[in-house]
Amino acid sequence: MKKLSARRRHPLAALVVLLLALAATGGLYAAFAPADKAQADVAAQSLAIDEGKKLFAVGCSSCHGLNGQGSSDGPSLVGVGSASVDFQVGTGRMPAQQPGAQVPRKKNIYTQAEIDQLAAFVASLGPGPVTPKEEQYTSTNPEDISKGGELFRTNCAQCHNFAGQGGALTKGKYAPSLEGVDAKHIYEAMQTGPQNMPSFPDTTMPEEQKKQIVAFVRHTTSDEPNPGGLTLGSLGPVTEGLFGWIFGLGTLIAVAIWVAAHTTKAKKS
Amino acid sequence: MSHDMSEEKLPESHGSAGEVAEHGNPFADPGLPAHEPRRTDIDEKAASRAERQVSLMFVISMLATVGFIASYVAIDPDKIVYIFPLGKVSALNFALGLTLGVALFMIGAGAVHWARTLMSDVELPAERHPIEASDEVRADVIEQFKTGAAESGFGRRKMIRNTLIGSMALVPLSGVVLLRDLGPLPEKKLQETGWKEATETKPLQLVNMNTMQPMKPEDVIIGSLTFAMPEGLSTHDEDFQQRIAKDALMLVRIAPDDIKDDKSKELGFEGILAYSKICTHVGCPISLYEQQTHHALCPCHQSTFDLADGARVIFGPAGHPLPQLKITTDEKGNLVATGDFAEPVGPSFWERAR
Repeated sequence: MKKLSARRRHPLAALVVLLLALAATGGLYAAFAPADKAQADVAAQSLAIDEGKKLFAVGCSSCHGLNGQGSSDGPSLVGVGSASVDFQVGTGRMPAQQPGAQVPRKKNIYTQAEIDQLAAFVASLGPGPVTPKEEQYTSTNPEDISKGGELFRTNCAQCHNFAGQGGALTKGKYAPSLEGVDAKHIYEAMQTGPQNMPSFPDTTMPEEQKKQIVAFVRHTTSDEPNPGGLTLGSLGPVTEGLFGWIFGLGTLIAVAIWVAAHTTKAKKS
Repeated sequence: MSHDMSEEKLPESHGSAGEVAEHGNPFADPGLPAHEPRRTDIDEKAASRAERQVSLMFVISMLATVGFIASYVAIDPDKIVYIFPLGKVSALNFALGLTLGVALFMIGAGAVHWARTLMSDVELPAERHPIEASDEVRADVIEQFKTGAAESGFGRRKMIRNTLIGSMALVPLSGVVLLRDLGPLPEKKLQETGWKEATETKPLQLVNMNTMQPMKPEDVIIGSLTFAMPEGLSTHDEDFQQRIAKDALMLVRIAPDDIKDDKSKELGFEGILAYSKICTHVGCPISLYEQQTHHALCPCHQSTFDLADGARVIFGPAGHPLPQLKITTDEKGNLVATGDFAEPVGPSFWERAR
């Protein structure tokens, strides 16, 4: 220490101290500074929000207000989250064509990138359900289908029918068929409860169970082979009874008439 | 016998089949048409051909049965085939259905063909006669009855008559008493549910039927729908189905300002309302819940309840609002019930109070 202390007045001492200080600061900065990628993410996020706001002003603001605050024609979007936007726009329900009992599913006119921008803007208005990632709604375990079936029959089948074919509700409203609906959209519908559907938040239906339900719905409504043959719309006893009475009984009556109409007598009269 | 009767009862035969021979009376009974032989009756070749046809049908039935057994043994249950217009179906199910159908149909078709071509088809008329007895017979029976009544003294000895009537009237009571053994009396089963175990000091937790875990009020968000059952009930219990048929709850949360019924708001907890899931019409599980209108619809007969207004019936055949369970939180912050429903759940019954 004595040697170091003795050289403190050396002409180059200040330079050495400066270099050491610079190295320390730089090293610390390199170790603790936010990574470039994170910076880029933040920049991309704010860009997406800006772009989303422009799209929102064009496609959504006439009903939901310029800042998503809602109006007499559309509810406030504060706190609905990105999952709601991804579901409503991704299934073509929004922008709505016309007011009515229920906004139907139709052709989606936005690209996924535009939907993500809209979702980023709406998510920035207030915290809400977040668009799920692919691994959240994609099941790889075949057991999930049967577990999902149990959950589906407890929570969903009352409205959407035991095979996901949908059904009627009150005053022109209905539970839509789940056939051909994207796994992501099924997941988002459970998260957010679109229109008159109740929501099934993660607090009462954990993510894992949602994934199982998605697995069951995709399995049941897809064009998988049907071991039983004709499904007749999977509507249960109504179509089955109608088919049985009209075609089953009808065939028997036709055969009986045919038998009776053809005499076996030698002299045909 | 029928031949004898037709001899005397039938109008005279008028020669050949179905021709009206009596020119004087245009409404005369033309009589029965004459029997027409079938080809198989007059042509031995046709008869043996019909015999071969019937046997062929029975043989096809036999082969189909053999085919059924062979399919059962040989076809892999997981094998899927495309069959127009059914689509992709299980090969085994299709083969079993087809062979069994052919086996049964061919027995029926063979029997019908046999009866039509080879069994006797001679018409046998069965004459109708008046069913009432002749006047003499009726007078005789009435006379005998009167004599019997007078000889027994039934009308004269009133004490015997009355005690006989009494004893006959009492005998069926034995049968009525035995009906008691058909089963235990209903007790209070219709009035009570599994929630009766809950008390102010020892409340019962509401268990989420998805996770089988208790719930906190913040778990149940506005617009959500959750199904719950009392703690202590397990899906593996022997009587689970009987108990859940009365204990099932439908848990919704409605913004407190939207709740129109003050009593209902009081029974709930910060807008969380626990209604019985059992329809008050005929007891279907009811849970078609529309979260914006707060209507719950029963899938069986479309009874509609307004859950924001004490589950008032707004449409359909149900006679009562859905019973609501009083809920609160325990010291751990879990949702609990402190007693049973105030009124019986499910459909009305004879002794129901109102």
